[in-house]
Amino acid sequence: MIFSNKRIIIPLLIVVALLFPFIVPNQYYIYIMTLSFIWIIAVYGLNIVAGYTGYLSLAHAGFFAIGAYSMGILTTKVEMGFWLAFILSPIITMIIGLFIGLFALRTKEHFFAIYTLCVGYIIYLVIDKWESLTGGVRGLIGIPPLPNIGPIELSDPIYRYYFVLLILLLSIFVIYRIINSLVGRTFTAIRNSENLALALGISTTVNKLLAFVLSTFFAGLAGVLYAVFIRFLGPEISSTIIMFDLLTFLIVGGIGTFAGPVVGTLLIVWVSQSLQFLEEYRMLVFGPILTLMIIFSPYGIVGLFKNISAKRKVKKVKVPIETEKGA
Amino acid sequence: MYLEVKKLTKRFGGLVAVKEVDYSIEKGKINAIIGPNGAGKSTFFNLISGMLKPTSGQIQFKGQDITGLPANKIAKLGISRTFQTTTLFERATVFENVVVGYRLRTKTNLFDAIFHTPRFKREEEESKEKAMEVLQFTGLMDVADQVVANISQEEKKRTAFALALATDPELVFLDEPTAGINPEETDQLSQLIVDMANKGITVCLIEHKMQMIMQLAENIMVLNYGEKIAEGTPQEIQNNEQVIKAYLGGSVSA
Repeated sequence: MIFSNKRIIIPLLIVVALLFPFIVPNQYYIYIMTLSFIWIIAVYGLNIVAGYTGYLSLAHAGFFAIGAYSMGILTTKVEMGFWLAFILSPIITMIIGLFIGLFALRTKEHFFAIYTLCVGYIIYLVIDKWESLTGGVRGLIGIPPLPNIGPIELSDPIYRYYFVLLILLLSIFVIYRIINSLVGRTFTAIRNSENLALALGISTTVNKLLAFVLSTFFAGLAGVLYAVFIRFLGPEISSTIIMFDLLTFLIVGGIGTFAGPVVGTLLIVWVSQSLQFLEEYRMLVFGPILTLMIIFSPYGIVGLFKNISAKRKVKKVKVPIETEKGA
Repeated sequence: MYLEVKKLTKRFGGLVAVKEVDYSIEKGKINAIIGPNGAGKSTFFNLISGMLKPTSGQIQFKGQDITGLPANKIAKLGISRTFQTTTLFERATVFENVVVGYRLRTKTNLFDAIFHTPRFKREEEESKEKAMEVLQFTGLMDVADQVVANISQEEKKRTAFALALATDPELVFLDEPTAGINPEETDQLSQLIVDMANKGITVCLIEHKMQMIMQLAENIMVLNYGEKIAEGTPQEIQNNEQVIKAYLGGSVSA
């Protein structure tokens, strides 16, 4: 039943996403939606390491910023071709991620979270203080917009929306394939119990590093898209505020669930849009929701639905067994 | 000798958890390690399976020195184990939990997974077949697509067995396989252990349930305070004065 649901819901969502600019022909909403898509990619990255592998990385906004600043610096200062920079930037993020991962993954659990929180803050400080490279607090300006591909004018907000959507769908597709393969199952085995994974012959060191580097790739990719979309970068994109935004999206949607990043990000972005009038007091709404979520549904909204469908399944299967025993 | 342990010692600071233990396992038999709580049985298992590095001593498997090898490498050689507390992925089905057991025999990498290469398809199929095979063997076919959170304690134990068997082992270490389940279920799991041995898998288990051990094991080693105090057939162990003393305490004549 779940399968048939997936077969209907996923194409339906894609169609809705494709038609969105026509359903809501409002420039501002298209802008918000495009930005949401970028966040979703970053949240998917976080989900690989924090959700599936069980390592809560709090350096993710840092990697997002590394991707964005790489793109910014390569195009404005190095004056590299746009598409070359576009491809190189996530790779640079990954290489930095590899080095940081080598050290960070020597720690576990809370220590890993604290360590990566510090790494994230160091990335913020480097961006903030290294003025000659990053522009410091003044920020990095003059990042070129998406160039046109033949007749497709990516400077147009609607085309840009489709471009970001395409990258998002590709990312989701790739992550889906990874998670639903032996590679993904290996990550889950590590989250479940590292000792058990080791006893099953899995090299936890290699696989944790793989998950971490993969997650930085998607963070970097989201950063690149952000850079060419907003075209201005400030150090605050690597701040803990962004980090905890990403984490909130993931937790509300469902950490370690496949649909979680989409559900959580879209929901919170749109709810916070409609709560604009509350300004900073919005947190008075989000704080309690997040707390309740963690207490009553640790796997977010998606986890909640999964639980319900799992319980239904049990009822259907268990009934005949019980009558058998009774007889 | 199939598995041979020579003068194996593990110290944790001032505490000697395992002290100069000599031990060997013969191929195809059911072996047991017993001893009072804190006797060093689990530490002994952890040393052989590579979870802990020994302070001194040597472990040989089929003539190869495996002392100090990491656990994942030891698993690849065909030595599998279960843990006292079964840690399964509660939100996934029994089948999904067991599929990853065959991972160590596969080579699928990120590229294979993303592009669904022939290797990916072949190995995915092999893992699933292996999972079905071990689920059949452990009698879990009925609950294969149930979420682990919804199955019984005994079924969880079986799933842990299935997972260990999915690695294609020659030698399996079972750490208190029947802890926390009732006598009837214990008998069922004992039968499963016998089935494993009949299939040609060498078994070594830690247990507290004496009746079960005495029926099941062909060779028993007794540890007390990290030292081997006796080894032999169930009859020999039952009549060994030192063993009785270790278990009941006080003087033997009492």
